[in-house]
Amino acid sequence: MSLARAAALFAIDPAGLGGLLVRGRASPAREAFIAFALGLLPDGAPVRRVPVSISDDRLLGGLDLAGTLQAGRPVLTRGVLAEADGGALVLPMAERQAPETIARIAAAMDVGAVVAAREAADVFQPARFGVLALDESIEDEHVHPALTDRVGLHVACEEFDSPAETDRLRDAVAAARARLALVAVPDNLLSELVIAAEAFGLDSARPALLAVRVARANAALDGRSEAVADDAKIAAALVLAPRALRLPPAEQAPEEEQQTPSEEPQPPPDAGDQNTADASAQPEGEERSLDDMREVVLDAVRAAIPQDLLAKIAEGLLNRRAGGPQGKGANGARSRQRGRPAGARAGELRSGARLALLDTLRAAAPWQAVRRKERALRGRTDDAPPILVRQEDFRIRVHKPRALVATIFVVDASGSAALHRLAEAKGAVLALLAQCYVRRDEVGLIAFRGTAAELLLAPTRSLTRVRRQLAQLPGGGGTPLASGIALARETAVQTAKKGARPVLVFLTDGAANVGLNGMGGRAGADADVERASKTLKALGFSSMVVDTSARPGPQARKLAERLGARYMPLPLADAARLANAVRAHAG
Amino acid sequence: MKAVYPFAAIVGQDDLKLALLIAAVDQGVGGVLVFGDRGTGKSTAVRALADLLPKRPVVEGCAFNCAPKNPAGLCGRCAPAAKTARSAALKTRQAPMPVVDLPLGATEDRVVGALDIERALTTGEKAFEPGLLARAHGGFLYIDEVNLLEDHLVDLLLDVTASGLNVVEREGLSVRHPARFVLVGSGNPEEGELRPQLLDRFGLSVDVKTPTDAPTRIEVVRRRDAFDRDADEFTQRWSRENMKIRKRVAAARDAIASVDTPPAAIERAVEICMAVGSDGLRGELTLIRAARAAAALEGDEAVADKHLRKVAPFALRHRLRRNVLDEVDSGVRVERALAGVFGA
Repeated sequence: MSLARAAALFAIDPAGLGGLLVRGRASPAREAFIAFALGLLPDGAPVRRVPVSISDDRLLGGLDLAGTLQAGRPVLTRGVLAEADGGALVLPMAERQAPETIARIAAAMDVGAVVAAREAADVFQPARFGVLALDESIEDEHVHPALTDRVGLHVACEEFDSPAETDRLRDAVAAARARLALVAVPDNLLSELVIAAEAFGLDSARPALLAVRVARANAALDGRSEAVADDAKIAAALVLAPRALRLPPAEQAPEEEQQTPSEEPQPPPDAGDQNTADASAQPEGEERSLDDMREVVLDAVRAAIPQDLLAKIAEGLLNRRAGGPQGKGANGARSRQRGRPAGARAGELRSGARLALLDTLRAAAPWQAVRRKERALRGRTDDAPPILVRQEDFRIRVHKPRALVATIFVVDASGSAALHRLAEAKGAVLALLAQCYVRRDEVGLIAFRGTAAELLLAPTRSLTRVRRQLAQLPGGGGTPLASGIALARETAVQTAKKGARPVLVFLTDGAANVGLNGMGGRAGADADVERASKTLKALGFSSMVVDTSARPGPQARKLAERLGARYMPLPLADAARLANAVRAHAG
Repeated sequence: MKAVYPFAAIVGQDDLKLALLIAAVDQGVGGVLVFGDRGTGKSTAVRALADLLPKRPVVEGCAFNCAPKNPAGLCGRCAPAAKTARSAALKTRQAPMPVVDLPLGATEDRVVGALDIERALTTGEKAFEPGLLARAHGGFLYIDEVNLLEDHLVDLLLDVTASGLNVVEREGLSVRHPARFVLVGSGNPEEGELRPQLLDRFGLSVDVKTPTDAPTRIEVVRRRDAFDRDADEFTQRWSRENMKIRKRVAAARDAIASVDTPPAAIERAVEICMAVGSDGLRGELTLIRAARAAAALEGDEAVADKHLRKVAPFALRHRLRRNVLDEVDSGVRVERALAGVFGA
């Protein structure tokens, strides 16, 4: 699969295929690839960039202040979405885009137009564009799923050499564009793409639909009037494989093994479909070719799944259906917590409110003629200021509210008490969350057991996600308390960076027996706890230790002292009491 | 303008379709909240609804789409006219029932209405230009990604949906006009929860899931692909089916007043609500209303168990007393309670 082909497909039907998502760090190779892909677009096709934290005025368009005052009638500016009509919308650092921005882009992609209701007028402007999303996410960052769902082609770009015959490819793309509408996709091919999408865990209907369109575009590119297995393979590799959330059930594997040796040498992929070249193929046509097609598509997906993704699937990290990969504090939470500017609204200029100057002027603009007239009627003849602004015009900046508090539970999941404690913590997490959407608080969960600590739930507000992720909590094993503290610190620091106030709640009896290095031994473990506690304490986060042992003892109390945390014995804690106690503590 | 995917061509999603049709038959049932996964056709269904709605009478020349039949809800211009003269004075015309999009990023003044800029600038006149709420009056107001809606707009909507009145006061412009509409919201729960006060404004709530069987999924993609390739031909092909549904809605709207609600049905509704543990009386009222609309849609003369059973999940799912410790999806809880009540 060459990157050049992905670029060509993108350029054939940017809007229809949703666009191209390019994974990889910024590099000369990536720049070259982007330039190459954009260069294949038709002459004069607009290319617009969407900077991170773009304003609605720029994105959707709005009242052009100067133009309006000058012309004496409302003059609207077009936003970048409308400007990109017929071309491409480039999203650098797509993983950093706020969910609000993504939602607006997604809405425009769905309708093929900008539908907006802003200041001067209701706007309906055509906006058919392909998104070129540059995804530089590392670790647990992710491009918002609403966007990845709609952008058809996903590629990774580490290296890229522009093909020599660019001009010829450009011509081929133009020819394919003209031919696209005439290309048929046979029904069995469509069916197999849908089935493959399901087999790899893709719930949304969009990837399958986009795969069908990519197959069509690929057939057009190769000059076919009907899509064949090869086209399905390309579509599977570019659309389905990069999104795979799981591998198809294992029972298919043995079949495969039986088939392969009997049909050696491997027939060319489209031979089975054409039912010609392969002499050894049984003549029971239809049935066989369907089976072949299925294997061809499934294999194509399997073969094209990137290694790192495969590893994650193997670890079961992605098999949390529905939402798919949604990392720590998915974009939504992040921007919200930072108090991102989110437009302006009418309001009074009280302390704390910040004037949105441009919006204020915009609000004042339409009234100028009226006010001048009234001024004249009142007999004022002195020079009027260039713009008459009144209190009603004041617009103040709106910021997405920050999360007030992020309560992070750090739960001792070791030994026999694990299940009970985990259940309590789980209950408390949910009980706290139930009140969260009123207060915009967040709740997270860390468990430590065996040899290490694990972040089971990054601070979040979504009950849905919590329910899904808490459904299975592991328990048992040793007590790596120091690891728990260390991870708690890390998570708390991350949380604080995002603008929330972390509150740590440790649920443990304080008896550590596994050190930071995962080795057993009480003495070493205790020394590690002491060190880890010191670093955490130094950061000054609010924390409490809930002693969950049957007979509250000195160990948990000592831990509380080391952490500078409040100590609370709660031997018979139930979820509700726990939640109340935590709430009282967090204030 | 991009063509709208025909309602009749939507594969599966029976709950969603029924909930929307109920709201179309009896707008008093309250709004419809559609929550579900990505790529399940939530907004496709809502947008397709517009084509099924009957025309309704509005006062000729009224900027706020006043409905003449409802004297309690007339705007400042129509109300006096209705009082002084005989009904003939209010000339009416038939207008399509609106489904108005409230796009994300909408500014407040476009929603409630504001100064007519053009007239203000050219003639220096203060004139009011109605906003989205006026346009949605008597119809539907649709908010996609409802959980991403800015807080100040949510507050505004809460106020208007509670009072049925839109009030604008600004610099000598003082306008109040009726704004009654069915609120339809859709979103993905992954984006965050809905404010409980807003949740409360929705009469029905539907949980949309991805179909899991291959033939349905294939048909979804097949039809969508056909639509995208040739929207006109596709719409044409489905126009007869769509027309059938439109007629059904119109017939149900006519029939609903005469659908009987026997005491037994009311008792059943109360029983269901108690079994489910829904909050307040709103649950019972919505359940009965929705069941009546469902009966009307099916051409039945009286509300029966089957109607109650069918609509109970939509009417009650979002009204359960919150017990977050319960892992079970609230829809499943309703189903269980129903199984108990109906002894299934």
